[in-house]
Amino acid sequence: MSKWTISKSDVSGFLDELHKSYQVFAPLRREDILVLERVSDQDSVVLDFYNTKQAPKEVFFPRSEVLFSYRDGEVIPASLSDERRVVFGIRPCDARSSVLLDQVFDAADFQDPYYVNRRQNTLLIGLACNKPLSTCFCTTVGGGPFSTDGLDLLWTDLGDRYLVETITERGEVLTASSSLLRQATEEDTTAKAEIATAAEQMVSGPSTEGVKEKLDGMYEDPFWDEVHLKCLGCGVCTYLCPTCHCFDIVDEGRDGRGQRVRNWDTCQFSLFTHHTSGHNPRPTGKERMRQRMMHKFNYFVANFDDIACVGCGRCVRECPVNLDIRAVIESITQIGAG
Amino acid sequence: MMQNPYIPYPVDVRDIIVENEAKDIKTFELVFHDEKDRERFAFRCGQFAELSILGAGESPIGIASSPMETDHVQFTVKKMGVVTSALHNLEKGATMGVRGPYGNGFPMKRLEGSNIVIVAGGFAFTTLRSLTNYILHPDNRARFGNLTVIYGARSPGELIYKYDLAAWAEMEGIELHVTVDAGDDDWTGLVGYVPTVLKDVAPSADNAVAVVCGPPVMIRFSLPVLAELGFGADRIINSLEMRMKCGIGKCGRCNIGEKYVCKDGPVFTLEELRHLPQEY
Repeated sequence: MSKWTISKSDVSGFLDELHKSYQVFAPLRREDILVLERVSDQDSVVLDFYNTKQAPKEVFFPRSEVLFSYRDGEVIPASLSDERRVVFGIRPCDARSSVLLDQVFDAADFQDPYYVNRRQNTLLIGLACNKPLSTCFCTTVGGGPFSTDGLDLLWTDLGDRYLVETITERGEVLTASSSLLRQATEEDTTAKAEIATAAEQMVSGPSTEGVKEKLDGMYEDPFWDEVHLKCLGCGVCTYLCPTCHCFDIVDEGRDGRGQRVRNWDTCQFSLFTHHTSGHNPRPTGKERMRQRMMHKFNYFVANFDDIACVGCGRCVRECPVNLDIRAVIESITQIGAG
Repeated sequence: MMQNPYIPYPVDVRDIIVENEAKDIKTFELVFHDEKDRERFAFRCGQFAELSILGAGESPIGIASSPMETDHVQFTVKKMGVVTSALHNLEKGATMGVRGPYGNGFPMKRLEGSNIVIVAGGFAFTTLRSLTNYILHPDNRARFGNLTVIYGARSPGELIYKYDLAAWAEMEGIELHVTVDAGDDDWTGLVGYVPTVLKDVAPSADNAVAVVCGPPVMIRFSLPVLAELGFGADRIINSLEMRMKCGIGKCGRCNIGEKYVCKDGPVFTLEELRHLPQEY
């Protein structure tokens, strides 16, 4: 795969080139929140940032999506857009989350046409993390600040320019059509390697090695009796999580016309598993916290051989009561360790 | 283009049978608008479908008719919440939707060649009624051993499928025990809880598989009886219910441990359930 550089002063020109063939999504500032959204002419893309507040899963799996409309008993399917998209400036942790979500939505038995269609039509241009945050722990869950999983291109900030590395064939095609890229030199790749090594050393977190096996025997452990106590059950951790994918399906409408819509949902709400009979298999915060941890670090691993966490740290930063998932993992590894 | 699994097949409600005295359990007989949809819906005993009422939503319901009846499909539904209430308000000839079939269904290869003991209580009888009618079909009967059906309800008026019970009572090849918790003036049959009747009937565990569906209390007291009779945990089969939405393993709410009831279940052996968390 090829390596290029682009001058920082040419980035907006590069984005203009992309605009001719793609809808571009990039980090934008909306009031005081950094979001990853569709870029319009008026927007200036933010390139100097840590990470977006929300996870980019919304690009493929919107928080609210019309599955179909209905009118007087007739189902009117939602048309799947063939719009070609580029997500520019996605962080490597978030790009990895797409690979994990593919396991669920693009499974061999049933494919989710809405998600799969958008994934197939979207390229991911990643921006490596030269300066990970103190809440980042990507390296402990199989990723890294320079991980290329899920990416078509990886960009690295080299000061006055970016190093542009192609990861996939689609990324190769994208770079070939740009007039603003220059062949990278040996010096460029050496500079990147040094930055990457330094960045990786800045990331820390509890080891997740053996956590799956540990959790295999922990379903009944008294650990769960207390660990959830300060949790408010607000669900913000799951809404912001790039790998959480649970949803509800509801009909919205009246007088015989409306839409069947799927909305993000969360295992942290009591209604999530509440049967019509009144029975609830997960009646308290204990069961719901256990479900969240088990799903990420045990059940998902059993089904897909990967941890359903990319270490982005959003749940750590945004939890209103500072319930830190890293501390929970650490406690789990220490149980019975003497 | 890939099939969109969220779009229901349109069906007509050809018939509605009120099953119980309380009139809150009805069987809906559905016929597909499109012949291709009917073929796509080819199902096995023990599978379920999402019943769809536009404007109300969807509800996962076990398939109550036998796969041998190919011109229609039946679902027996208790009126409980928003969707099932909307369903109960439908009249014959109404149009609604079905998507599926979903789930693993009963392990038919395992059941073939075995003696079958069906233990059922209340309106959870539905998929076991499908299984019973499937086994009793002349094309299939020889592939199965003895068939014992023990079925109970709270009162005579709450027994469902009375027309099937009457027909089975006249048939060869089935040993039927119908019981009620409390009889009435007209009731001449068995009175007693299902686990008690199971103990009295004492079906042999030799080369036998027990399939058990019913309210939790019935299951709790039936399992020790089956164990005493010599049924191993790998020869006791259950079908679970769980709140679910998508039915295809995406929406993330019906899991028990790493298994999803919608696609890894709803049918599990007791042995399999013992390896899963008790979270159902």
